[in-house]
Amino acid sequence: MNENLVVLDPTDESSPAARERVERLDGVAGKTIGLLDISKARGDVFLARIAELLADRGAAVEHFRKPTFARLAPVDLRQEIASRCDAVIEALAD
Amino acid sequence: MPPQSAVPDGLVAVVKRSCPTCELVAPVLRQIAAAGVPLTVYSQDDPSFPGDPAAVDDRRLEVSYRLSIDAVPTLLRFADGAEVRRLEGWRRDHWQELTGVGDLGPELPPHRPGCGSLSVAPGAAERLEALYGNGLGARRIELGSAEDEFEALFERGWTDGLPVVPPTPERVLRMLGGTARAADEVIGEIPPNLAPCSVEKAAINAVLAGCKPEYFPVVLAAVEASCREEFGMHGLLATTLSHGPVVIVNGPIARRIGMNSGVNVLGQGNRANATIGRALQLVVRNVGGGRPGEVDRACFGNPGKYTLCFAEDEEGSPWTPLSVERGFPPETSTVTLFGGEGPRVVVDQLSRTPESLASSLAACLKTVIHPKLPMAFDVVLVVSPEHARVFHHGGWDKARLRNELLGRLMLPGAEIVRGAGGIAEGVPEGMQGRTLPKFRPEGLLIVHAGGSAGLFSAILGGWVNGQTGTNPVTVEIRS
Repeated sequence: MNENLVVLDPTDESSPAARERVERLDGVAGKTIGLLDISKARGDVFLARIAELLADRGAAVEHFRKPTFARLAPVDLRQEIASRCDAVIEALAD
Repeated sequence: MPPQSAVPDGLVAVVKRSCPTCELVAPVLRQIAAAGVPLTVYSQDDPSFPGDPAAVDDRRLEVSYRLSIDAVPTLLRFADGAEVRRLEGWRRDHWQELTGVGDLGPELPPHRPGCGSLSVAPGAAERLEALYGNGLGARRIELGSAEDEFEALFERGWTDGLPVVPPTPERVLRMLGGTARAADEVIGEIPPNLAPCSVEKAAINAVLAGCKPEYFPVVLAAVEASCREEFGMHGLLATTLSHGPVVIVNGPIARRIGMNSGVNVLGQGNRANATIGRALQLVVRNVGGGRPGEVDRACFGNPGKYTLCFAEDEEGSPWTPLSVERGFPPETSTVTLFGGEGPRVVVDQLSRTPESLASSLAACLKTVIHPKLPMAFDVVLVVSPEHARVFHHGGWDKARLRNELLGRLMLPGAEIVRGAGGIAEGVPEGMQGRTLPKFRPEGLLIVHAGGSAGLFSAILGGWVNGQTGTNPVTVEIRS
């Protein structure tokens, strides 16, 4: 009975779903860009400047905010961003 | 493993050659077979025994396991595929009644007890359950014959950088024996992937960590606490700050499983302290998918992220235990989970009054995270027996000490606004005229622990607290 060692899998045994990336935008003019503030200090400062730069380039801007950076964005918020925007910029700041 | 063919109807005897009672009844088995009664004999150790009648080889003990044989010889009667009667050992009158054959073993004594079945020998039960049982749900992974098992576990990414114990089914079953909870019970969803963690998955990781089964209820409580929304494990894992879960154990279980609350309490050398904290980290890594450099973005981390787990010294303490302060009865064992960094020591060998020592500790507590940043961070203050004695002699209980510390940690806005003291970091200028508390009252946890010599205390600074971050969580340890 000289069998190979059997061990039990300590992971959750899931494998990540493979998704195709959406096609890259050819430019921001005429597009709606979401700006997601994750509620980190000074993220608003960073995003305000990004908003200016996007406006200069003819993009419409929508502002979103996560309740806290320490937890996942609520599903509703993610759905809202996905339905209203062509792309999203998420501010990591400090 | 091929499925075991059904046990035939009629009489079934399970024997082993190394059992003197089985040797004794060998002629009886011949008598029964000669009488034309259908009889199948299974031999646990030697298929040539008893020879006549010929035995079925059960050296793998599969039949013995499936029939739950405790002793040999065991004589059973099967009808329509189901067991209807069972006898253990030799007893002439019962055997005659069961077999319907008279005058069995006339030279034998009327009764003789049997021996232990090989299927219940030490270690065999877990091995057989792992082979033939169906109680475990985790994927089985067979390592290659040329693989070193320790290297193989590193390569699969299951370790924290130190070697782990291979989680064989036998070891996992022994770990599961440490709790009455069902293997498939889900304890919670582990961040960051919010993967459901069953008791079995926790057991596998507890084996990896090197836990003994008696530690397992503490591991389960720690995992449960880490899944509570208010603990905020996802953020604690993902943060660029250094913090990680700190496990503080209270109640009778700490002593029962040999946890350290004394000399070198926050250091190495005690298996329970070391492996319980490690098991929690491995659950987050393996079940939750929280790995450094991926979702774990810590700038520095800290050595406590391998493990940081200790017990409060309740027996030597003049004070109320942490768990009782947090609303649990003294006889209830608990885990308190705190999102903290590694410990830093405070030396004060001269204070002999509680007032002086409290001021000393407050001066050091002020520096948690940054001397000019108040309110957003909790702390655990570990007070050594020698420091606690100073407070006790002065008549201060824990609550008094906490209030005195909080009072000494009211920070004038003018000293901590941005730019004050030539330091840009600080609170917004608008706070100039206010006085701000360094800690929220529920965010200053006091624990009594450490060796008997040393006029020291230790500070474990916390991660961002409250709604946006972490809150200490205490849960009962259930068996």
